[in-house]
Amino acid sequence: MDDKKPAISDARIDELIGGLLIVGVVVSSLIVLIGAGLYLKRHGTQLPNYHVFYGEPSGLRSVSGIIKEASSFSGRGIIQFGLLLLIATPVMRVAFAVVAFIIQRDRIYVGVTLIVLSVLLFSLAGGGR
Amino acid sequence: MDIALFSLLTFLGSTTAGFLGALTGLGGGVVIVPLLALVFGVDIRYAIGASLVSVIATSSGAAAAYVKEGFSNIRLGMFLEMATTFGAFLGAALAGMISTRIIAVIFGMVLLYSAYLSVRGHPGAGAVDVPDFLANSLRLDAAYPGSLGLVPYHVHAIPTGFSLMFLAGTLSGLLGIGSGAVKVLAMDQAMRVPFKVSTTTSNFMIGVTAAASAGVYLNRGYIDPGLAMPVMLGVVLGSLAGSRVLVSSRPRLLRIIFAGVILILGFEMIYNGITGRL
Repeated sequence: MDDKKPAISDARIDELIGGLLIVGVVVSSLIVLIGAGLYLKRHGTQLPNYHVFYGEPSGLRSVSGIIKEASSFSGRGIIQFGLLLLIATPVMRVAFAVVAFIIQRDRIYVGVTLIVLSVLLFSLAGGGR
Repeated sequence: MDIALFSLLTFLGSTTAGFLGALTGLGGGVVIVPLLALVFGVDIRYAIGASLVSVIATSSGAAAAYVKEGFSNIRLGMFLEMATTFGAFLGAALAGMISTRIIAVIFGMVLLYSAYLSVRGHPGAGAVDVPDFLANSLRLDAAYPGSLGLVPYHVHAIPTGFSLMFLAGTLSGLLGIGSGAVKVLAMDQAMRVPFKVSTTTSNFMIGVTAAASAGVYLNRGYIDPGLAMPVMLGVVLGSLAGSRVLVSSRPRLLRIIFAGVILILGFEMIYNGITGRL
């Protein structure tokens, strides 16, 4: 804890983080929308089956699988990619906060944000499966 | 009913839930799971997956309005996120182990509690505002912009707040909701953070918390793109519209009606859980 003026103010961090979140939501919503168009065009007349739980196929479960599915232009794959981006938005927000606290030389909060970031990345990588 | 119609109906339902949730300040996430499970007959695991995704979207989307106001306390949020993310991870892990009937009953009880809280309203913090040693060393005390300039405040009862946040995270991961009710309990009542600060800070936290459990749900195959798509788009659109309509005043009658809906859904969830229909 020092008394020097930080290189980047808390308010500025807030502002940047806010912008990051909005971009994340808008971009992922657009991708989901594109995927929705393809999905409904191809499968719109089929019957939904959500009453019984099967779980998603492996291609829609992992980060690498989703990227592969999306790049083959499957509607469901593209939607899932958009959703993955949406889930990654708060993760990027925390990663951004780590950097901001490093610039501010706030050691306690660099530690705090790194702990939060580790939990998020562990979860996304499939650590809780 | 084919997929096109199903998607349209769940989209409309989610838009309404998001709209009412934002308008009344109660959050739409809490009614998405009962809506999908009870009305559309969706398996509760798919419903929770779709709801989690929409919770992240609304939390991140709402940040636009909040950030400009400068009420949120980023250090407090990050500090408490240690509790909520670990809790959320645990909750998501638990969701894979316990029966959907038990999840439904717990869900119902949380709904009843949310309905109770929303009608009772927010009690003002009347206690003496003395600095707290732990809060001070963690640099959690801050100030928010008031009408006459910056209003400094102190944060209290860190261990209690932290523990309650762990519970909030666990419920969020188990049920796929934002757990706003428990967060209010922790920040407004235990830690005595000013209301506006606690609302905006917890909104920030909700997205990060939900992301911690969404990763687990995704890897376990609980997030179905076909279902999450109309739900997420609907909730985003609805809550965006809802927050535009009335920013400051929250209509009391509408709030009571929505609380009534939550109450009924709560009883329905418990009943269906006990009888084994969910």
